[in-house]
Amino acid sequence: MDTQPGRQRCAADADEVRGICVRHDRRADALIEILIDVQHARGCVADADVGVIAEALNLSLAEVHGVRSFYADFSTTPKGRCVVKLCRAEACQSVGSDALAEQLRARLGVEFGQTSRDGMHTLEAVYCLGNCALGPAAMVNGRLIGRADSERIDAMITEVGND
Amino acid sequence: MTEPVNAWLPADAAALSVGADAVAAALVTEAARRGVELRLKRTGSRGMMWLEPLLEVEVDGVRAGYGPLSPEDVPSLFAADFPAAESHPRCVGLVEEIPFLARQQRLTFARCGIIEPLDLDAYQAHGGLAGLQRAAGMAPERIVEAVTESGLRGRGGAGFPAGIKWRTVLEQAADRKYVCCNADEGDSGTFADRMLIEGDPFTLLEGMVIAGFATGASEGLVYVRSEYPHAIATLRRAIELWRDKGLLGADVLGSGRAFDITLRRGAGAYICGEESSMLESLEGRRGEVRVRPPIPAISGLFARPTVVNNVLTLATVPLLLADAAAPTRYAALGEGRSTGTQPFQLAGNIRRGGLVERAFGITLRELIEDFGGGTLSGRPVRAVQVGGPLGAWLPASSLDVAMTYEALAGVDAMLGHGGIVVFDDSVDMARMAEFAMAFCAEESCGKCTPCRIGAVRGAETLQKVRRGEHVADNIRLVEDLCEVMTDGSLCAMGGLTPMPVLSALKHFPEDFAPADDARTHHAAQVTS
Repeated sequence: MDTQPGRQRCAADADEVRGICVRHDRRADALIEILIDVQHARGCVADADVGVIAEALNLSLAEVHGVRSFYADFSTTPKGRCVVKLCRAEACQSVGSDALAEQLRARLGVEFGQTSRDGMHTLEAVYCLGNCALGPAAMVNGRLIGRADSERIDAMITEVGND
Repeated sequence: MTEPVNAWLPADAAALSVGADAVAAALVTEAARRGVELRLKRTGSRGMMWLEPLLEVEVDGVRAGYGPLSPEDVPSLFAADFPAAESHPRCVGLVEEIPFLARQQRLTFARCGIIEPLDLDAYQAHGGLAGLQRAAGMAPERIVEAVTESGLRGRGGAGFPAGIKWRTVLEQAADRKYVCCNADEGDSGTFADRMLIEGDPFTLLEGMVIAGFATGASEGLVYVRSEYPHAIATLRRAIELWRDKGLLGADVLGSGRAFDITLRRGAGAYICGEESSMLESLEGRRGEVRVRPPIPAISGLFARPTVVNNVLTLATVPLLLADAAAPTRYAALGEGRSTGTQPFQLAGNIRRGGLVERAFGITLRELIEDFGGGTLSGRPVRAVQVGGPLGAWLPASSLDVAMTYEALAGVDAMLGHGGIVVFDDSVDMARMAEFAMAFCAEESCGKCTPCRIGAVRGAETLQKVRRGEHVADNIRLVEDLCEVMTDGSLCAMGGLTPMPVLSALKHFPEDFAPADDARTHHAAQVTS
């Protein structure tokens, strides 16, 4: 079943996924690389994509589904246009990331792991962004923010929105 | 027209996270406006994170620093006597004389923050490739001997002697062997792998090729976590550059030996920092831990003999091969069986956070107080977690412990990957103990029962403790559960999660007794 709302799956979609598999020489050991590329190109790894990948790599549906569901980076439905990740690990907790988490939930109107109804924002918890001397650390669409607070995250959301 | 000004500004992710790119843009604009010829190079970070973005400019052949800079500081910087703008409020003097840096012993990080990460000529001018060039003419056994002699131990956390691991791989007869670099640096409080890959990636590549020469492996893989997009981009370009220059490929440096390196990305699973789980992931599967034996050195990636080493271990190898006396010099540093230097990482609630490379044996107090300057909040240090989320919590009274594998084991702690996370007196240690269990529940691969179920039950039981329900009974239950997890788990994830839990219980018992209980307990003692 197609999990992408409002989007008709067509042969071109499958071709795009198949093309990614071919770029990785259809190697089963490159499955995670393939899933990363599919997630990046299509915003998620939908159930239909799992079938295409399984066929291209000569794996079972269960194997591909199992890998997709193991790794936190893969989602079955598209994420928001702006993905806000906040580090919830110890080093960032020591400088107030829990309070910042509450502010972000209220500000974006979503729980961690959820996407806002308008498809604009996704809020995610991550465990370490490797910026532990300048915490709290956050990441907005791949842009790292040190000494993060609501204002700095807001500014980055606006900035990536204008990109 | 004035003299050209040589300047360096980090493009390290930490520096970017506090606006380094905006500072660079402001510098270029302002220099153009004033007709100053600015030769701005983007480097890795020196590891003095509280000073980022830290601009360095050449004054009389040495580098003076300005930081932390914001774009608004730039016009006044030029208005002062730039580049020698000593009177500017952001001037921090000569960079190499800043005590935080001057008191370090930079070996593994010797070039980080100094050269442009992808400038091969600068790399060589600063001692790069000396180890590889020498190793290319050595018998594999001699390379292994040099690493063994240096006493280098695995910097990923387990601390296993690198030379012994390499010898095991060398002794295996196989059609293919692999060198796998673990760059899945997931521990909170650690960023040394990231800094090295972004600041001096050739060192890692050089160490991997030498590992290949030493063990007969011809393929290398680096597993980098997806949370490090900057490191991934830099490493990818470094690998391409080395292929173009013939430093990777069918005939490395004309030695007749082949070695190539592939970059593989992780996808958000902490457990993939565990070596057998990483190997599963590299084979394209769920990152589920493997049962040992066999060890990876005998049967690792695709069931072939495999060297699995951390970034810092491999990045230290080139300097050990640079000349015949290098292993002895390295082994002379440190204490006992903890030889050489360790890149410690000061993180969390700390005034001067960053990377401190020092010989083993420095005390935790020196690191936190002398280098780190105490807490960022200015409140007293109460608890320090050493060695990542699976490491022990130490109280302020334990800070005089020497940072060696052995001394830390002596206080039921471990070095791990060298991360040090400082908390002030506002921390609730019962909450941190619950977090340790909850993190394990979140990140467990699910293969073994003590970890998969134990972590969930552990978090639930600690919640009850925090709510004040049958506190003494529930603490006993947690301690019993910790014993099962320690003894029964397949890997360090379940096996070491009890370390932060039990150390929090041991050193901070007052946080686990709700106010009422504590009063009752006290009253009982008084009346008995």
